[in-house]
Amino acid sequence: MSTTEATRADVCALAVAECFRNDGEIMVSAMGTTPSLGARLAKATFAPDLLMTDGFNLLLRRALPLGEKPTESDIEGWMPFGSVFETLWWGRRHVMMGASQIDQFGNQNIACIGPWENPKAQLLGVRGAPGNTINHVTSYWVPNHNPRALVERVDMVSGVGYDRAAALPSGEGRFHEIRRVITNLGVFDFETPDHRMRLVSLHPGVELQQVLDNTGFEPVIPEGVDTTPVPAPEVIGVLRELDPQGFAQKEVTL
Amino acid sequence: MTDKRMTVEEAVAHVSDGMTIGIGGWGSRRKPMAFVRALVRKGVKDLTVVSYGGPDVGILCATGQLNKAIYGFVSLDSIPLEPHFRKARQQGTIEAVELDEGMFLLGLRAAAQRLPFLPTRAGLGSDVLKINPHLKTVKSPYEDGEELVAVPALNLDVAFVHMNRADALGNGQSLGRDPYFDHLFCMSAKKAFMSCEKIVPTEELVAGGPLQSLVINRMMVAGVVEAPGGAHFTECPPDYGRDEAFQREYAKTAKDDDAWKAFRAKYLDVSEADYQKAVQS
Repeated sequence: MSTTEATRADVCALAVAECFRNDGEIMVSAMGTTPSLGARLAKATFAPDLLMTDGFNLLLRRALPLGEKPTESDIEGWMPFGSVFETLWWGRRHVMMGASQIDQFGNQNIACIGPWENPKAQLLGVRGAPGNTINHVTSYWVPNHNPRALVERVDMVSGVGYDRAAALPSGEGRFHEIRRVITNLGVFDFETPDHRMRLVSLHPGVELQQVLDNTGFEPVIPEGVDTTPVPAPEVIGVLRELDPQGFAQKEVTL
Repeated sequence: MTDKRMTVEEAVAHVSDGMTIGIGGWGSRRKPMAFVRALVRKGVKDLTVVSYGGPDVGILCATGQLNKAIYGFVSLDSIPLEPHFRKARQQGTIEAVELDEGMFLLGLRAAAQRLPFLPTRAGLGSDVLKINPHLKTVKSPYEDGEELVAVPALNLDVAFVHMNRADALGNGQSLGRDPYFDHLFCMSAKKAFMSCEKIVPTEELVAGGPLQSLVINRMMVAGVVEAPGGAHFTECPPDYGRDEAFQREYAKTAKDDDAWKAFRAKYLDVSEADYQKAVQS
């Protein structure tokens, strides 16, 4: 792996990291390879105040390389599942989850394909997605941007989208925020009047038409779409240190 | 004080057809598998199983003893979705109550506190309310007037948990880094039974770890079983990690009926002692 040339996976990892830039002193829970790498990049560079676990129950004071086991000197605290629930209900958390399906308002499905009562495929189940999305900031990672993943309508709403949160009658949705969706093609947010998904930037080498062809709904396309920032050489160096085995390079398909 | 030592068979004798049982641990971590295996040998059926599910749920699906699963998830951790559970869901052979993981915890807390429900924001706006028409909302009586999910109590007939150490009286110790919610399972049940890697004198139990590792007290349990390897093949740190090779072998049996029959004959239709011998060879 070159230490200076940025790959698409590197661009994605930096885009993930940017989701956490202004989060301050909260807990980040990143599910999956690229989210883990991106969150660690944020902590190792511009967002050192973030709290992160080893994926189990230890809070770690430094961003460890993917696959490396923490030592005693890496530990700064304890976060068993009971404390995870308390933290997420408290709201001091930003989670990045995957999405088997996601729609234009950010409704996410990780539960099943087909009707829940009689699923064609049982996936993970809703897990913590309903509680996460209604209680604190959420972002999503989609490693393979295609029309079966970015869909008109999800088969089962696991993570709550903007339309659902807005429909709650008495402000119950006030802690709901979907910060961004990062895919292997681009960066998206929901900063539109009706909170429909908007294209923020295309990764270098990606054409707008490619995104339109691979999205099952019409995303909002602003005037003058940006190009997703490419990590600087020193950032690429940090990425190589945080992912010495190149797990993230294998996850991102062009 | 009462000596509560008993065998797994004596413990599962308290379970009868149609009961609601709670199973402690989390995913494929510190699951009371010796009790699960004893339930299989006993052949008790039409069970409702309440669990942060792992192979406990999967095995009872595969044996046909589980009628209804109430869960926050069913996972083997290193294998994200429990394959026997997946099969049961896709073939429609079980009834399922799928809850958000946090809702599940509140259901246990409500039961432990003898409350009808506990309110939460979790679930609002999601299809969890649609797939669970029995779930109702409750309006805050205060000025905010928020409409919250009223998670009903997960009341249990019998609960099973596994600890690293215990004494004969029913005090239990979790030496791993996460106690999970085993005390709530015990407190949500009419009767709870605890297995452990080793029964030790009370003084040795207290000396064996920090006081906060004593997560089960003797009020919570009706029986204590010494079952070394009782969480196998799930992890039970620091005594042992997950037996990943065995778990992979177990997972493969969901795709092949003959392999499942062979697995069952070798590992489940045998005594706990023979199981422990078989997995060591």
